[in-house]
Amino acid sequence: MAVDRSDIAKLATLARIQISDEAADEAAKSISDVLALVDQLQAVNTDGVLPMAHPLDAVQRLRADVVTEPNQREAFQAIAPATQDGLYLVPQVIE
Amino acid sequence: MHQFTIAELVKGLRNKDFSSTEVTQHYLDRIARLDKTYNSFITVTADIALQQAAAADARLAAGNAPALCGVPIAHKDIFCTTGVRTSCASKMLDKFIAPYNATIVENYLNSGVVMLGKTNMDEFAMGSSNETSWYGPVKNPWAIDCVPGGSSGGSAAAVAAHLAPAATASDTGGSIRQPAALCGLTGIKPTYGRVSRWGMIAFASSLDQAGILSRTAEDAAILLNDMASFDAKDSTCVEREVPDYTADLNKSLKGLRIGVPKEYFGEGLNPNTAQLVEDAIKVYESLGATIHSVSLPHTHLAVPAYYVIAPAECSANLSRFDGVRYGHRCENPKDLNDLYMRSRSEGFGAEVKRRILVGAYALSAGYYDAYYSKAQKVRRLIKQDFVDAFESVDVILGPTSPSPAFQFGSKTKDPVAMYLEDIYTIATNLAGLPGLSIPCGLVDNKPVGLQLIGNFFAEGQLLNAAHQFQQATNFHQQSAPGIE
Repeated sequence: MAVDRSDIAKLATLARIQISDEAADEAAKSISDVLALVDQLQAVNTDGVLPMAHPLDAVQRLRADVVTEPNQREAFQAIAPATQDGLYLVPQVIE
Repeated sequence: MHQFTIAELVKGLRNKDFSSTEVTQHYLDRIARLDKTYNSFITVTADIALQQAAAADARLAAGNAPALCGVPIAHKDIFCTTGVRTSCASKMLDKFIAPYNATIVENYLNSGVVMLGKTNMDEFAMGSSNETSWYGPVKNPWAIDCVPGGSSGGSAAAVAAHLAPAATASDTGGSIRQPAALCGLTGIKPTYGRVSRWGMIAFASSLDQAGILSRTAEDAAILLNDMASFDAKDSTCVEREVPDYTADLNKSLKGLRIGVPKEYFGEGLNPNTAQLVEDAIKVYESLGATIHSVSLPHTHLAVPAYYVIAPAECSANLSRFDGVRYGHRCENPKDLNDLYMRSRSEGFGAEVKRRILVGAYALSAGYYDAYYSKAQKVRRLIKQDFVDAFESVDVILGPTSPSPAFQFGSKTKDPVAMYLEDIYTIATNLAGLPGLSIPCGLVDNKPVGLQLIGNFFAEGQLLNAAHQFQQATNFHQQSAPGIE
């Protein structure tokens, strides 16, 4: 399936990525090429085939509900772009 | 000293022929002198390496050191390393200092392995030529105007240029095996779940697997022994004992049943590459293996299925890069949405953005069933092809890549042409099977890789088959021209 500039704009918004007007045409073309490639999937009959999410069909392991990780807030916030009083800073969201 | 294999380094360190400090300094000197040409390292950790080497020498002197103690290697810059920049070759993580070690990094630390530095790669491991790195492309030591392959191109070029005796790498659709092929190395991608993914920056979580680039199969076996482990911190890691991968290296191949899939020799395969693979089959026959034609009928659907599943998982995984907790943040965001939008747009390169958008498309309302769910069903058909083939053969053999290393820029304009570079490697990731590539000759003075695919957890058998080939041939001993 081919996508056009308006599809790209919608996808870019969903993915929180800016695509400039100049880049939108190129993106629409290259992404349409990729979708043309993957459209080959539509030709194959997959009736009754279960989707495969994990090569070994493994399921989530369970563990005891106990604390295993220490609090490392300072170590993790040391690499944050902006923090204050142990909190991450972002532009004001609520007036 | 840089001619030594890992096996020889292990022996020499134990015999006190040289110290870890001497070996490490030798490699650091080579990197400083030669890597301007190749750009294979993003970060060289000279101080850490020499500290680790001194500690290793002390352990060796004390006489109770683990096998790999004192051996220097390089880590792909996808593995988190405490206190050291872990960039994933992205502007997004250019200033990211990892707060913890990846499990495989920790495993090697415990073994006394020395880290020389962090190697270049395609941004977030998305690429087959190492041209998407924010730190610039890596040159192939065999042909300086050609790509080293990707995404583990830096690890491959570093080992091929003898700037490291081996390197860690990761493989989501061929990112270990294809660079191994293009740089004349041995590269193994283990079974999905064999090696912990904890601390390995995620691209496509159901496909990503860490592995090794080395000069010989024996070296890969030695290194895999310490890389593989069960890790409760990775929920997809398999709880299964790690065998000694060196134990069966010298086993005879008499009676080994090798399957050759006809789908791997179709249109698009360079005829000279095909000839070298045919020659390799004759070598295996002479070693006592029997050759059987097999069919993997859904092979042509592997690349299409992959380019739904991998981008879908990538778009989900990379949503964590939001400019809030770590990574690149734009200047003076006017609101939260602007912070997300500009941080991500400035931090990600073109190929990463393309895959995020394709993934967002495949997962978006109205397209989920037609793309993502459909691709997951086709993925099961692809896996079933292998399960059926392994009913009658032990190992599957074919080319690793359709042709030898290509020139810079020759595929960057056409993403689909670049994606087809992984046509023979991708199905293995979709199925979760182990695969490796070993050198099998030269075309136009550039290396060609032979791919061996094994059954689940049959890494030992693959390494045995690769080692026996390397006992009978000398392709793996050839070095790039000018590499002394």
